[in-house]
Amino acid sequence: MRIFDPHIHMTSRTTDDYEAMYAAGVRAVVEPSFWLGQPRTSVDSFTDYFDALLGWEPYRAAQFGIQHRCTIALNPKEANDPRCAAVLDVLPRYLAKDRVVAVGEIGYDSMTPEEDEALARQLALAVEFELPVLVHTPHRDKAVGTRRTLDVVRESGIPPERVLVDHLNELTVGLVADSGCWMGFSVYPDTKMSEDRMVRILQEHGTGRKLVNSAADWGRSDPLKTRKTADAMLAGGFDDDAVDEVMWRNPVAFYGQSGRLDLEEVKPDDTALFAGNSIRRGGE
Amino acid sequence: MDPHIRAALDRQLTGDARRWLVDAVVRVSQDLTAVRTVFPAVGRRCGRGPLAAGWTVADAARVRLLAALPLRGAELAEEITALHRYGEPAEQRAVLRSLALLEDADPSFAGLGLPLVREALRGNDTDLIAAALGPYAARHLDQDGYRQAVLKCVFCEIPLDRVAGLDERADRELARMLADFAHERVAAGRDIPADVWPIVRAHAGVLEASGLPAEADSPVPDRRAAAVRALTAYSATAPAGAS
Repeated sequence: MRIFDPHIHMTSRTTDDYEAMYAAGVRAVVEPSFWLGQPRTSVDSFTDYFDALLGWEPYRAAQFGIQHRCTIALNPKEANDPRCAAVLDVLPRYLAKDRVVAVGEIGYDSMTPEEDEALARQLALAVEFELPVLVHTPHRDKAVGTRRTLDVVRESGIPPERVLVDHLNELTVGLVADSGCWMGFSVYPDTKMSEDRMVRILQEHGTGRKLVNSAADWGRSDPLKTRKTADAMLAGGFDDDAVDEVMWRNPVAFYGQSGRLDLEEVKPDDTALFAGNSIRRGGE
Repeated sequence: MDPHIRAALDRQLTGDARRWLVDAVVRVSQDLTAVRTVFPAVGRRCGRGPLAAGWTVADAARVRLLAALPLRGAELAEEITALHRYGEPAEQRAVLRSLALLEDADPSFAGLGLPLVREALRGNDTDLIAAALGPYAARHLDQDGYRQAVLKCVFCEIPLDRVAGLDERADRELARMLADFAHERVAAGRDIPADVWPIVRAHAGVLEASGLPAEADSPVPDRRAAAVRALTAYSATAPAGAS
């Protein structure tokens, strides 16, 4: 079984996770830029973070046989801080990079005017750079937030097939299905979505344009939720082809619209270096 | 750019890549911010394969873009410094490789690219260290900086034939540093990269002063054997400049 996790924050995970993911069949991941659990206070912290998403983290992933790509954006939560809003001015430099396969995560957190401005500007950048976008839907007031997000996306002029709307559930999937956008589901240990609920959604709404991710980060989360959902799909009557569609072909088709996905198999290798540094520890 | 590399680039670009690069050169020369998004895209547009003399297709294409910037002096330095700051290693390598050419075309650029050379020399990326030690570094690094750079190459196992200006700039003090390095290696029972010997040999008495020859009488068999190997290699080497 081959798995592409289209949304996972590996910077927050350990090398044990990489090993377990590889063993479970994960061969490719996309790491969206997001907030770090604690607010940043300057543009420079963002650019150092973006540099790590493009440099150190893909190197680390490759040591474990996993291909790493990222999405770059100013996330909605930090868009509200005037000290960080100038990140929008440096984004073009990053959106031109080979490993950047989408603009994201963008969207709404509290639906403020600052979030409106950041969302509109970044949708315009996605159009300019011909990139797909990964749109986060708010945790609070999700249905209203999702509807408003879809309105803004429509007004931006970006084709709906280049948009992935993430963190959906039973109540928001229908809205997004009708919009023509791709539908993302984050399967978590306790909240958001479980494997069994995910299987029921796939049974009801079909596998087309659906992506399943673990969204694993520094919080309580599980980087193997993609594999566990795949197993639940098989137990629920789906065949191998349907699992491959959701777990591999759909994310490849979505991010492939960037024209930069260019996947090639990497073999685990702990002797390579990044910028002359390695993940080995002294004495080895 | 070396005419050899320029010709190799023209030969190797596919039709699409050539058209893209011609258009990109025009954009970069007319719009002051275009280079910021064009420069990172060069690898996927033009290719990343090897070209000649350790250069890649993307290196040569990027250097061509930088040569088209309509900027001079401090403004030129500021733009390429930002490209380097936001650049991935392949982009940084191309910026380093462009420095001599930028100065040739604009003498007011002068030593303004030197901080980028120094940054590469502080790092551990051997590819960038080698790219930093082109003709620009040979012109601008002071004597101490140049010697330290050569010694770092020896430590990082970067072949010294990648370092520009050695024939003119290798001096007795550098020979002394390399001889002391060789002595330290021998004391550890280890081998020494052969490319240090021509420099040491060119300065009479330097090897003797290092204390390395006395290691041939060491009571430790590993040190004795390493010393014999080193002295044999030294004797078989022609001094730098003698060939």
